Amino acid sequence: MSPDVLRKTSLVTLSILAVLSLVSAVAFMTWGARGSWSFVLSFRGTRLAALIIVAYAISVSTVLFQTITGNRILTPSIMGFDALYVLLQTVLVFTLGAAATSAIDPRLMFIVEVAAMVGFSLLLFRFLFSGHAQNIHLLVLVGIVLGVLFRSLSGFLQRIINPDDFVVLQDRLFASFNITDGTLVGVSAVLVAGVSVFIWRMRDTFDVLALGRDMAISLGLDYQAATTRILILVAILISVSTALVGPVTFFGLLVANLAYLIIPASRHRYTLPAAVLISVLCLVGGQTILERLFAFDTALSIIIEFAGGLFFILFLLKGRNR
Amino acid sequence: MIEVSGVSKSYGKTLVVDGVTLSLPKGGLTSIIGPNGAGKSTLMSMIARLLPMDAGSVVVDGLDVTNVSGDVLARRLSILRQDNHLTARLTVTDLVTFGRYPYSKGRPTLEDRDHVERAIDYLGLADLRHRFLDELSGGQRQRAFVAMVLCQDTDYMLFDEPLNNLDISHSVSMMKLLRDSARDLGKTVVMVLHDINFASCYSDHIVVMRDGRLFLQGTPTDIVRQEILSEIYGTEFRVHELDGNRIATFY
Repeated sequence: MSPDVLRKTSLVTLSILAVLSLVSAVAFMTWGARGSWSFVLSFRGTRLAALIIVAYAISVSTVLFQTITGNRILTPSIMGFDALYVLLQTVLVFTLGAAATSAIDPRLMFIVEVAAMVGFSLLLFRFLFSGHAQNIHLLVLVGIVLGVLFRSLSGFLQRIINPDDFVVLQDRLFASFNITDGTLVGVSAVLVAGVSVFIWRMRDTFDVLALGRDMAISLGLDYQAATTRILILVAILISVSTALVGPVTFFGLLVANLAYLIIPASRHRYTLPAAVLISVLCLVGGQTILERLFAFDTALSIIIEFAGGLFFILFLLKGRNR
Repeated sequence: MIEVSGVSKSYGKTLVVDGVTLSLPKGGLTSIIGPNGAGKSTLMSMIARLLPMDAGSVVVDGLDVTNVSGDVLARRLSILRQDNHLTARLTVTDLVTFGRYPYSKGRPTLEDRDHVERAIDYLGLADLRHRFLDELSGGQRQRAFVAMVLCQDTDYMLFDEPLNNLDISHSVSMMKLLRDSARDLGKTVVMVLHDINFASCYSDHIVVMRDGRLFLQGTPTDIVRQEILSEIYGTEFRVHELDGNRIATFY
């Protein structure tokens, strides 16, 4: 395909996605609204903002993570990133106690958590990526095993924790797309905006990184620095999304691969926005339909994980055929 | 000039490159030959700072490759390795345009576009320029990667088995193209080759490696000799003089 045709198809696709996302956002805000508009709009507005932040964080982190690993099946969640977050939360409540933890300013707490997350994940993934044997199967296996380890450790601590503390902890970790905590949404928005500034400044390096380590170095990119920076950004984005809605394993995989499917050529300037828009469409549109059509009968996370899980299996099978 | 001094590399306990000291002259085409596992590719990767070395140093035109910023070196030296597997879905033009990244950082200028078009034409890819790489044959893809390296327009170009996947006519035109860019444009081309006769007919200089060490180096007339080749590969060789070229047979 010629560059002009590529650009045109990509832009048309992006516009369609943008319109659909906008429609779903408007539907989310107005459909079935009764009573005072000022209450409805501010109540739903917070939730909409949270959904969009989560959609953005998950899709961008997944696409960037896949770019630096050169693999389209890996996602930060499959590699145990969010299990690490759960473990950190558990350890915090376990050591400090629920009362002390709740007394900490949520903004400070959030930042400390994110910092710990970034440090841990850098340590882990620097170790994993520095080996020359970049065996992808080994990497997935290590990620899954670490994820299980983190979950088991959290499970163990949760069993021996003081029952009162446990109730608080459970409340913190419950995966749900119904967020109404304005402060948390505000902190997340600021963090995500900060991360986006760095992502914007690095935007020209993503396509080069996607060529793989050797070619990126040969083209003069400081590969080590670039991947480290991206891992930090990914860790922050995952912390934000996990803090807001809890662990979502397969969603990132789903939206990133849908974006690669509908955008003909792999240019991040098109695939990144496409992944974000698909992600917004799935979360906001899905939540609207669930709330209005099915009257909260089922949880969105279940449906998304089901679809994402199927997609994951499909991808593994397709990879084996090749 | 590329000056390699005392470079060693081991994977685990196996020493793959063992204290190689070597200087590759500026200009001309140099072939590195040797049996499998001789450390040719490893040495080449270390020269191009793709692999850290355990000992020694590599200096390219006075720049130490371990210290100089990648960006500066990318305008002096380029490398194409053997297996180039891409997850990204790119057209030939997209790929070749990446060769200009060291100069324009992802925003190609008109001059960059010129370079891209020229490199595509050189390698006979004009009809395929808008095709995706995954729709090409192995040989066509290999030519696209070489076009990208040419487009990077560096004084030193390193190729690890550039004839991989190429049929006879494309191998010949690839070798001619690389020799011409060495002769006419003053480039320095270094390549790992397995085909002794290509090395013999096209190189100005041949470097032989065996067991991780520098075994011999010299002109094709020095190296392509019955007793020497037999010793390097441990196989019977016959060398014939044909039209001024030394041709080795070994079947």
